Amino acid sequence: MQKTNKSSLMNWVDERLPVSSFIKNHLTEYYAPKNFNFLYFFGALAIVVFVLQILTGIFLTMHYKPDALHAFASVEYIMRDVSFGWLIRYMHSTGASLFFVVIYMHMFRAIIYGSYKQPRELLWIFGVLIFLLLMAEAFFGYLLPWGQMSYWGAQVIVNLFAAVPFIGPDLAEWVRGDYLISDATLNRFFAFHVIALPFALAGLIFLHLAALHSVGSNNPDGVEIKESKDKKTGVPIDGIPFHPYYTVKDLIGLTVFLIVFASIIFFMPEVGGYFLEHNNFVPADPLVTPAHIAPVWYFTPFYSILRAVPPILNSQFPGVAAMGAAVLILFVVPWLDKSKVKSIRYKGTLYKKWLTAFVVSFIFLGYLGTVPSNVWGQFSNLIPGIGGMDVATFVARVLTLIYFSFFVLMPWYSRVDKTKPVPKRVTYK
Amino acid sequence: MSKNNNSFNKDRRKFLLAATAATGAVGLTAAGVPFVTSMTPSEKAKAAGASVEVDISKVEKGQLLTTEWRGQPVWVLNRTDEMINDLSAGESNLADPKLKVTSQQPNYCQNETRSIKSNMLVVVGICTHLGCSPTAKLSPKGEMGESWPGGFFCPCHGSKFDLAGRVYKGSPAPTNLVVPPHRYNDDNTLVIGEDKKDEA
Repeated sequence: MQKTNKSSLMNWVDERLPVSSFIKNHLTEYYAPKNFNFLYFFGALAIVVFVLQILTGIFLTMHYKPDALHAFASVEYIMRDVSFGWLIRYMHSTGASLFFVVIYMHMFRAIIYGSYKQPRELLWIFGVLIFLLLMAEAFFGYLLPWGQMSYWGAQVIVNLFAAVPFIGPDLAEWVRGDYLISDATLNRFFAFHVIALPFALAGLIFLHLAALHSVGSNNPDGVEIKESKDKKTGVPIDGIPFHPYYTVKDLIGLTVFLIVFASIIFFMPEVGGYFLEHNNFVPADPLVTPAHIAPVWYFTPFYSILRAVPPILNSQFPGVAAMGAAVLILFVVPWLDKSKVKSIRYKGTLYKKWLTAFVVSFIFLGYLGTVPSNVWGQFSNLIPGIGGMDVATFVARVLTLIYFSFFVLMPWYSRVDKTKPVPKRVTYK
Repeated sequence: MSKNNNSFNKDRRKFLLAATAATGAVGLTAAGVPFVTSMTPSEKAKAAGASVEVDISKVEKGQLLTTEWRGQPVWVLNRTDEMINDLSAGESNLADPKLKVTSQQPNYCQNETRSIKSNMLVVVGICTHLGCSPTAKLSPKGEMGESWPGGFFCPCHGSKFDLAGRVYKGSPAPTNLVVPPHRYNDDNTLVIGEDKKDEA
């Protein structure tokens, strides 16, 4: 028998797998800046939600049937007949929406504190890739309940591919595996949703964390803590070990998050049609489009941009391209920002004005994407140029312009912006 | 081969490396073909695209019948004389009233009413924007506003079409609705999916 002395057992393991040094390098002796604020909860929360989605997803897969004839009924079966099926499904559907809440907050944090700037460009790129895959994952998953919104949402999004010049129609047909959204489409979206994309996401999250632990966390001051190290120990003076300091702090954030999560699941799982849309309680019908279709709230800012761009030369491709560009432009942000400082704390008013305009346009585009384009009526025919046009469409066009200006003009305003001097060490009260 | 490590031919190594990589890439591509092709429509899906016969004897003047062809909704609208007369009146608001985009209808419907029989409109009820099915708003005015002469309205992105399926200016939809190939076997039997025999 092996001696059960802990240290000798650990030694035995360590000689074969470097567990102890891994724990040291990434937890107990991984130094994070001591001045994190609440915005730094969202990275850890994103991992928790990812794990929750995988777990609840596994159990949903045990009862769900990816078949156009049975899919809708199998979801109702989960809701009514499977023990605690309703809970597991609501955890999954609420988790999907909260995943985006958490990721949007996480991205907002990265933007305002300049966490994408040198040397964290690759970390940011992995993050944007994760965001892209997450959108695909959510889209594929949304078809699975096979309700009206599932069906027509997929119809619209797959037809986006058809708008690509030349190869479009063939590409859309290839994605669908049929001439319309059908059983074949449902079956393959299921495959993407439960294995292909979660697998890819897990890989990218690993790379995101590996890159993070290589360069170290940024912080609200945008000061590199590795530049002020203790001469004897070589430990950053403003750094504290991730464990126990931030594991314990993140537990507080997690507690608050779980209170919100549970409140939604138990008291308002549909969130008034925003998390689970009313029309999705009607089985998919290829012959009838619901009177008002809109994507789930987390896609609506991009959907608004799609809707705002008019067709050019008989092609709807410009709208599709604008929507794609709205996401892809995030990749180049590290090179668009020419500011000398990272954090918003030391940036000038010009940057803050642009950021505010961006956030406002993003939120309003999001709102407009949830309502029909004629929600605010039309302009009077007497106004030249825009007479007769839907007011909401006009507003969406202006907001789209602001959205893109934030990025396209960034090289200019970030350079001329009056910055404040950055301290050598982090500020901490 | 020489046993001396220092005396190898660099160029030969480079060439062998490139050749091996290229062969591997070709092999991988070939191996990928079955997987990519497996996602195209299956033989079963292709076979489902046959034509359908519709009995139109019960479609009264002003009535709309929705039928299914290749899994898509096809509208059969029996237009009233008033509806037909109003078609030319609203042309100034349309994007393509003269049917310049000829791919949207067969030759035999390249006319003012976009139909074989002037009263019978047969169109695929799928918006040319992103594929939603527009809602019929056949009666004039009402919730669509005072100037609305009757037509179709797509709930997804607000495209508007007139009673010949022609798209309004300013709609996100770039082209008129598609008129499918169709013919009449006799006065009451419409065949969707097959051309007129003499013009096929």
